[in-house]
Amino acid sequence: MTNAAATHDESRPPVLAPGATYASVTEKISGLVLSRTTPRWWILAFAVAFLALQVFLVATAYLVTTGTGIWGIRIPIGWGWAIINFVWWIGIGHAGTLISAILLLFRQDWRTSINRFAEAMTLFAVSCAGVFPILHMGRPWLAYWFAPYPNSMSLWPQFRSPLIWDVFAVTTYATVSALFWYIGLIPDLATLRDRALGRATRLIFGVMALGWRGSAKHWHRYETAYLLLAGLATPLVVSVHTVVSFDFAVSIIPGWHTTIFPPYFVAGAIYAGFAMVITLMVPLRRLLKLEDLITVRHLQNMAKVMLATGLVVVYGYAMEAFMAWYSGNEYEGFMLWNRMTGPYAPYYWTLLFCNAGVPQLLWLAKVRASPWLLFGVAMFVNWGMWLERYIIVVTSLHRDYLPSAWGMYSGTLWDVATFVGTLGIFGVAMLLFVRVLPMISIFEVRTLVRKPPSTHRVQGG
Amino acid sequence: MATPSTPPTYGLAASFSSPDDLVRVVRLARAAGYRQMDAYTPMPVHGLAEALDLPPSRLPWGVLGGGITGMLVGIGLQSYTTIVLYPMNVGGRPLFSWPSFVPVTFELTILCAALVAVGGMIWRNGLPEPHHPIFNAPGFERASTDRFFLCIEATDPRFDAAATRRFLETAGAEEVQDVAR
Repeated sequence: MTNAAATHDESRPPVLAPGATYASVTEKISGLVLSRTTPRWWILAFAVAFLALQVFLVATAYLVTTGTGIWGIRIPIGWGWAIINFVWWIGIGHAGTLISAILLLFRQDWRTSINRFAEAMTLFAVSCAGVFPILHMGRPWLAYWFAPYPNSMSLWPQFRSPLIWDVFAVTTYATVSALFWYIGLIPDLATLRDRALGRATRLIFGVMALGWRGSAKHWHRYETAYLLLAGLATPLVVSVHTVVSFDFAVSIIPGWHTTIFPPYFVAGAIYAGFAMVITLMVPLRRLLKLEDLITVRHLQNMAKVMLATGLVVVYGYAMEAFMAWYSGNEYEGFMLWNRMTGPYAPYYWTLLFCNAGVPQLLWLAKVRASPWLLFGVAMFVNWGMWLERYIIVVTSLHRDYLPSAWGMYSGTLWDVATFVGTLGIFGVAMLLFVRVLPMISIFEVRTLVRKPPSTHRVQGG
Repeated sequence: MATPSTPPTYGLAASFSSPDDLVRVVRLARAAGYRQMDAYTPMPVHGLAEALDLPPSRLPWGVLGGGITGMLVGIGLQSYTTIVLYPMNVGGRPLFSWPSFVPVTFELTILCAALVAVGGMIWRNGLPEPHHPIFNAPGFERASTDRFFLCIEATDPRFDAAATRRFLETAGAEEVQDVAR
């Protein structure tokens, strides 16, 4: 929460359109929530998302009553879409924590207009991610067996397994993200309480705001807590995708057992996450008329982060290929050659086109400054990152050490339905969030507003 | 004017439209010897904690304690379950296989530290507190939008309804109002 009004560089577009006042930014952002009219596009989008949510319920009901056989998973490919989607969703979540915690520690004032939204995205993406490993277990009603608690079976979790590490990493991540998000919301909930016209609205926001009154003593402790949380969330976000990559790297499958996986997964997660923030932000800032608050500067900066992390990911691809050759390991070499020329080669080359090719357009300032071109690039990255996980999961598994254990994989209609269903969960949650809670942190934006002049007249000496 | 018949007030609230004015008047009030006061602002104001001479928060120590507790719980839980409660010999590897305990220990460290940071902040700030006398200050709903308040409380030994009001007015408050208890 730096006071950045005075320090902005004239050569770049501002983080906040000029002329903003405390009252104007408050009015603008809280107006989106307190307005009694719901825009038509919102109702349409909600209807579509809600339909997708129903698809999820149908797909899950069928899955739970029948078994994971309705999915395309067959030995030797036991992971399939469920794990691909899990990694894809959890990767998307990482941008939120990066924006809210890491950019806070680096004092990047431009994070202020997008952090709340990105945190919400994190929370909902992690929820969608969490669905998949639980459903993939086949008997999701026994998911609580993951928890270490004394039970009548005298069983304890296997703490040497990356799958248990995952449980701890993802639940901690979800909890800390929710806390960070809620703590950031408290002062804004107080603003909504004070501006709400209806009695019920005032009561609901009042309860959620915990009686926040903006006391200097409270702010003092609040800022300490917020900074500490940011400091804790920063190593946490790095650890989460590291642990996810351990699910692969700790195994002894060719193509998975590599030390580059943790950094390469973390960079990929941030890459995918920023792509998703751009995908959602470009249409939303237009529809909600927030171009003054979420400026071209924000989009440009996100594009730069995307380009940088994208290059790390490209380095990861290059190193995978190099090490497969340089290690001289027969199975690694076969895995890579099969990936490049085998039955899934079109997927591999499409992934390289989406993740390593198209994003190179971001070197051009014109592309970075054009919201819809950025949107297009981000869509390629969203798709490319999904394909990346597909390639990692499927190509390593479908050619086992012995040709007698080889197989082919393709998802079924129910794989697609479950995935579309989680898009529905995500869409419904995001749309409700932008309607009922301030999608931009009002109090943090106030710190970017140029301070009003002092009204004090110096009298005499 | 406080006479014995009027209900006792909580204090006097001065309000400002500029955070700089608020900080300046807080400094003057400190210099004039007032101690029982608090400022209310729509966002964190740089320099306000220093002007009010607030002691540094002890929250970081609590968070450190939470982190250490989480770490010990993590090590203890995993060691006890894998060595005593459910020993499993995997290829003759040692039961206390500490490198594989690192991820869960790390996550529990972060989790407990974060819970203390949030819980500690809320608890030490005395929240949730549905009502507080400062909400009686006229126009206080703007304290969460664009208005900055300083309330000198009646419990301050130097508080005098008339003199304090005069002090705040001359110091540059745009408005000074009684806050009912």
